[in-house]
Amino acid sequence: MSTPTAAAPATPQRPALPSVWRPPQLTRRWWPVFLRNLLVWRKLALPSLIGNIAEPLIWLVAFGYGMGALVGQVTVDGTQVPYILFLASGSICMSAMNAASFEALYSAFSRMHVQKTWDGIMNAPVGLDDVVLAEMLWAGFKAIFTATAILFVMLALNISHSPKLIVAWFVLIGVGITFSCIALIFNALAKGYDFFTYYFTLFMTPMMFLSGVFFPLEQLPGVVRAISNWLPLTNAVALVRPLFMDQWPSDVLRHVAVLAAYAVVAFWAALAFTRKRFRT
Amino acid sequence: MPTPPAPLFQASHLRKRYGDTTVVDDLSFEIAPGECLGVIGPNGAGKTTTIRMCLGLTAPDDGHIEALGGLRMPQDARAIKAQLGVVSQFDSLDPDFSCAENLVVYARYFGIAKRDMAAQVPRLLEFAALSHKADAKPGDLSGGMRRRLSLARALVNDPKLLMLDEPTTGLDPQARHLMWERLQRLLQEGKSILLTTHFMDEAERLCSRLLVLDHGRKIAEGRPRDLIAQHLEPHVVEVYGNGANGQDRSHGTQALADSPLKALAARVETSGETVFFYTQDARPLLDALARHDGLRIFHRPANLEDLFLKLTGRQIREDG
Repeated sequence: MSTPTAAAPATPQRPALPSVWRPPQLTRRWWPVFLRNLLVWRKLALPSLIGNIAEPLIWLVAFGYGMGALVGQVTVDGTQVPYILFLASGSICMSAMNAASFEALYSAFSRMHVQKTWDGIMNAPVGLDDVVLAEMLWAGFKAIFTATAILFVMLALNISHSPKLIVAWFVLIGVGITFSCIALIFNALAKGYDFFTYYFTLFMTPMMFLSGVFFPLEQLPGVVRAISNWLPLTNAVALVRPLFMDQWPSDVLRHVAVLAAYAVVAFWAALAFTRKRFRT
Repeated sequence: MPTPPAPLFQASHLRKRYGDTTVVDDLSFEIAPGECLGVIGPNGAGKTTTIRMCLGLTAPDDGHIEALGGLRMPQDARAIKAQLGVVSQFDSLDPDFSCAENLVVYARYFGIAKRDMAAQVPRLLEFAALSHKADAKPGDLSGGMRRRLSLARALVNDPKLLMLDEPTTGLDPQARHLMWERLQRLLQEGKSILLTTHFMDEAERLCSRLLVLDHGRKIAEGRPRDLIAQHLEPHVVEVYGNGANGQDRSHGTQALADSPLKALAARVETSGETVFFYTQDARPLLDALARHDGLRIFHRPANLEDLFLKLTGRQIREDG
């Protein structure tokens, strides 16, 4: 049936493309993508594990025992702790950060850009959002796997045997997730592997020194401390360190909220930039 | 008259722009069940963009796509892709998995569990002539094997429709013929295929219908034989210009093309040192050519390549 309006000349109008900032459309199809990464990694898990934990342990031994002999005790919230404990609790956060970042940058980029694995997956009924979620969780998994291995070595070295390390383990899952979300933003924006050097030298390395991993934040000037308080790694260390000392952290809500905010905002941004990358 | 079966896939008035360039312009086509539709066109004609729109990987600026009984792309992309098999232009096989693992892992993306693939994997590997390579990784395979593994991978969900973007580019004749044989087998099983290709013999052999694209527009559509009959004279006589005019080599081919021989052909084209005579009746032309010395003459029926070149021109494209 024709109506007068139907007879009106159709004005050519371009349907607006859906915004890349629309909410995530997530389904359970992230799981086969996660499982794919797990199956590949399983083939080289042992050498990769050695690679992942060797470096943090060298830092720990060299700095912890070397510097520790010079520094002796460090004061944390009025409590004297051995430097090795101070360093171990900070460096495990750093290890989780590094493991998540490497996976969500170099490895994810290989799958996305070099091997075209994502393209293959998206020819099946799996959406880009699910692929990004899978990569995020996978990098988080790699982080907690590495952190767990280091944690066992620390237990063996008798650096800490606090029962609260169980809680620290859960915090480290969150730390891995947060940093994998942040790294995926840079993965989405990268033209090549070289781009990641900027991320490491301009973001990760400064943060490593400004987050209280190697020395107490009290030693930093006020302005720098103000910045440091909002860095994700600072908040991670603030949660994990007391747990290593068999104490409960203070300002838990604030630290968790900062990490969660970084994770949520970064994941959303990573998704938007990745959608943009794949739109054309 | 029996009504034709409802199309399996229908694209209407697709348009896609990148910046100021219109890559696909008002393109409409249908794929009937059991049909192999070939899309041919020079580089940059919009073939791959069209496929990407059909897969919901990029949204058209205008027009719409409907498939498999009322599903819309890109809104119902997942439901459509569940019944689709795709072989893209570049391999996206998992280099870390064996051939068999590639199939199992890919099936999971369709929600097919490993145990349900147990019987399928040997069957698919056999189809791809890769039974002896089940445990080999893609890096250890030849180009033809990798393409066949990609095809087998596209079949894990037993799709109704296959979308193949240049499936035989870069393959040697043996591998290409094996691929053709497999695709024909799939067509006999009742599957439908959308195929882009640069090989006219491939298009002629496999496709029941062809879509010729240039500059994003559809410039011809029809069955290969019909298109040739519609646009071309049935006979082609190719004359190689070497020595075509002994006195003045530099004007050799042009001289031949401009000679009285021209009257014996419906259409004459020169390309480099070769003159193409298109004619309804080759006999008088061949007789006349026989009186010239030192010419190399090749008489053949008009084919799809002639059609393609007539419709899209002989000049090399920027990215060609």
